[in-house]
Amino acid sequence: MGLFQTKRRNILPGFGLSMGYTVFYLSAIVIVPLSMIFFNTVPMGWEPFVHAVTAPRVLASYRLSFSTAFFAAVFDAAAGLLTAWVLVRYRFPGKQFLDALVDLPFALPTAVAGICFATLYSPMGWLGETLIKWNIEIINSATGIVVALVFIGFPFVVRTIQPVLEEVEQEIEEAAHCLGATRWQTFRKILLPHLFPALLTGSTLAFARGIGEYGSVIFIAGNLPMKTEIAPLMIMSKLDQFDYAGASAVALVLLLISFSMLLVLNAVQEWQQKEYR
Amino acid sequence: MLKPTTTESGPIVKKRVSDPLPIRILLIGAMLLFFTAFIFLPLGLVFAQAFQKGWTLYLESITEPYALEAVKLTLITVAIVVPLNAFFGVTAAWAITKFNFSGKAALKTILDLPFAVSPVIAGLIFVLLVGSRTPFGSWLGEHGIKIIFSTPGIVIATLFVTFPFVVRELIPLMEAQGRDEEEAALTLGAKGWQIFGKITLPNISWGLLYGMILCGARSIGEFGAVSVVSGHIRGQTNTIPLHVEILYSEYNFTASFAVASILVFLALLTVGIKVTMEKQFKKNSIHHQD
Amino acid sequence: MNFEWTKKITLAVTLVLASGVPGSIAEAAGASTLLNVSYDPTRELYQSENAAFIQYWQKKTGQTVKIDQSHGGSGKQARAVIDGLEADVVTLALAYDIDAIADSKLLAPNWQSRLPNNSTPYTSTIVFVVRKGNPKQIRSWDDLAKTGVSVITPNPKTSGGARWNYLAAWGYKQKQTGSAQKAKEFVKSIYRNVPVLDTGARGSTLTFAQRGLGDVLLAWENEAHLILKEFGSDKYEIVSPAVSILAEPPVAVVDKNVAKHGSRKLAEAYLNFLYTPQAQDIIAQNSYRPRNAAALKKYAANFPKIKLFTLNEVFGNWRTAQKTHFNDGGVFDQIYVP
Repeated sequence: MGLFQTKRRNILPGFGLSMGYTVFYLSAIVIVPLSMIFFNTVPMGWEPFVHAVTAPRVLASYRLSFSTAFFAAVFDAAAGLLTAWVLVRYRFPGKQFLDALVDLPFALPTAVAGICFATLYSPMGWLGETLIKWNIEIINSATGIVVALVFIGFPFVVRTIQPVLEEVEQEIEEAAHCLGATRWQTFRKILLPHLFPALLTGSTLAFARGIGEYGSVIFIAGNLPMKTEIAPLMIMSKLDQFDYAGASAVALVLLLISFSMLLVLNAVQEWQQKEYR
Repeated sequence: MLKPTTTESGPIVKKRVSDPLPIRILLIGAMLLFFTAFIFLPLGLVFAQAFQKGWTLYLESITEPYALEAVKLTLITVAIVVPLNAFFGVTAAWAITKFNFSGKAALKTILDLPFAVSPVIAGLIFVLLVGSRTPFGSWLGEHGIKIIFSTPGIVIATLFVTFPFVVRELIPLMEAQGRDEEEAALTLGAKGWQIFGKITLPNISWGLLYGMILCGARSIGEFGAVSVVSGHIRGQTNTIPLHVEILYSEYNFTASFAVASILVFLALLTVGIKVTMEKQFKKNSIHHQD
Repeated sequence: MNFEWTKKITLAVTLVLASGVPGSIAEAAGASTLLNVSYDPTRELYQSENAAFIQYWQKKTGQTVKIDQSHGGSGKQARAVIDGLEADVVTLALAYDIDAIADSKLLAPNWQSRLPNNSTPYTSTIVFVVRKGNPKQIRSWDDLAKTGVSVITPNPKTSGGARWNYLAAWGYKQKQTGSAQKAKEFVKSIYRNVPVLDTGARGSTLTFAQRGLGDVLLAWENEAHLILKEFGSDKYEIVSPAVSILAEPPVAVVDKNVAKHGSRKLAEAYLNFLYTPQAQDIIAQNSYRPRNAAALKKYAANFPKIKLFTLNEVFGNWRTAQKTHFNDGGVFDQIYVP
């Protein structure tokens, strides 16, 4: 079928070996296991499938998961860009310590993160106590979910922007400076377009991760049907009814949406690179 | 395009055009504010709770046999997962960046996919694949091979979750570097493995290390997927994150946060390694440039 | 230097692969260990019971045994057993979850009649935990439906305990009025007062006790006592309603797994041990209601008189209750349809 075949003769060796291993490992760890979602959905038939994935509660959970993940990703994009900028460009005491802490959300188990945020923002917590005086409610609301997701997605953005920012040749910025551009102009017209692909990748990864996040969110969300129930929770509650097919169906929908989102992102990047070449 | 250079833009080129002081202070301040709300406070909470009842109890909680078993299991998992995913990352990145073929964007997307899969689903798929309800799973069971609800299941689920980290880190780097150096070496008569060992690997060692660290950090902390395939047998199939959760649901908050603090230390340790290697690396590259 | 590095990695991979594979092959398990797969609130109970059983068995047979424990949400635990977690015995929150295991042919369909008292060596009921002094004056189920009362209970879809809570409220109203419609209205008005549905019973406890949300927590009687012990009886008190449900958390030997492990004798002895006076004492000390009349009398002061109705009286059996109330599209879902 021609897929994964080299287009033009390439002189470097090892294509067959490396591609062979890539496809093998990818199949064993990712593709075959993921295909189980599909195979477990098929036997249920089209109508029950549609029924399962479009029930009002399920639809409400998609809406909630996508909107909270989106807001969290936007917030992460801003906070991540800021953090990457400060960490790469400035020198100040304690910088390396802060740099180290960026990876914390990866290492801290999501359940611990969820418990921490729920405790911090509860009416008896360090932050909740103050916030409640201003009538701001974080836990058991969509805002709480966004807070947890911002934490979960943050390293993705920083860690994708950081290397790119580190490699930017400062001569270009200097040139812009000599030509009379202000810092802000240089940033907006030169740096931002250059950083944009990385920023987009980072926030899309944060977004995709946010849609699927379970462990941290359930502690802070409140989990009220139609209001604060996230999509992964729908999968869990179907599983607790021993409804494997229904759970797979919802999982399949989430998977397809995430996959097409990433596909578009990668296609955009591929296209952008071609433009530049 | 502003083509990223392959040489480290280390301390020598730094600090020519810089932002004015007020802006620097403003930005650093804003970042610290964000860190306070999202990193320092949760971290502070972990340690405040962990040391609430003093050092003795803290040490007791982290040296208790179940906790040690959990640490052991987590470290075994990391020791298997990181090299496997690193090896794959290098191979896949070589195939993807050194050759042109159709379906590249699709392949890259599939590589990203585990990031986007909910941890709940990540656990579920392995249950659906090798759980004892399935033909394959029951065949394995009859032959006495345990995968899920024992160490191999935990390792596989972690492999899946941390799958993209290394390759994700390497692809952009190797794409930026191109293939000129390798092709030049080839015309000079170098063998495939020599090219890889002497040219490609030194060029990417930095990104490889970075990817491995992220992969390691994430495999230490993975909770959702592992929770599905673990079976939660105390002292046998509990990783550190699962042990933390169990202690917490036993209302044993001090011990729970004490064990969680091990994770924080492990995270800091991996990053410490990174920083040390970074310094080493920069020293070397400056040396070479002279 | 870098080539060295690759070599080291390759070596590490090989070593790990070599050492990992034999470990995955299950050693022929002798009959000296048991795996008890249980639900969340029984951790403390089985810690004591296991210690007692090990001693008892040692004295009786001279054999030293080890009992491994796994705890989690009841439904999740049942699923793990179905999917291959090799439990010798299961001790879960509700019969429906063990029925599901039986459906996948791991144990006989008549499992519940194999041990005395519907295979439930201990029972419990649903009570209220309120803040000290009972500021909202919550005394009965009807008080939960009043406006301005905030009720904490977990999500019945993901928590076994939450299903007992729901059925207790429903059963109370249905027995009082004789009308399922009125019961539905009643349950609906209670859930209108629920600000958060945690996924498990322990999550709800933390929401109530640690995060300070809600005026009343619906809980197992044994959990209620544990909350007072862990979080302070100066801060919380237990209110026992006049009527509640008899919660029967069943136990069973998993036939297929004990056959595989050769552990049937041990597993059966373990579950039968739970009915002995010694074990029944431990049960009562952990605030579960013992089946044994002598133990019940001995600890009568700990268990206020509550008029208890069984699930079968009101709902027929667990399968019907699950199907009508908790499955997708069931009554619980209808409560939340706007």
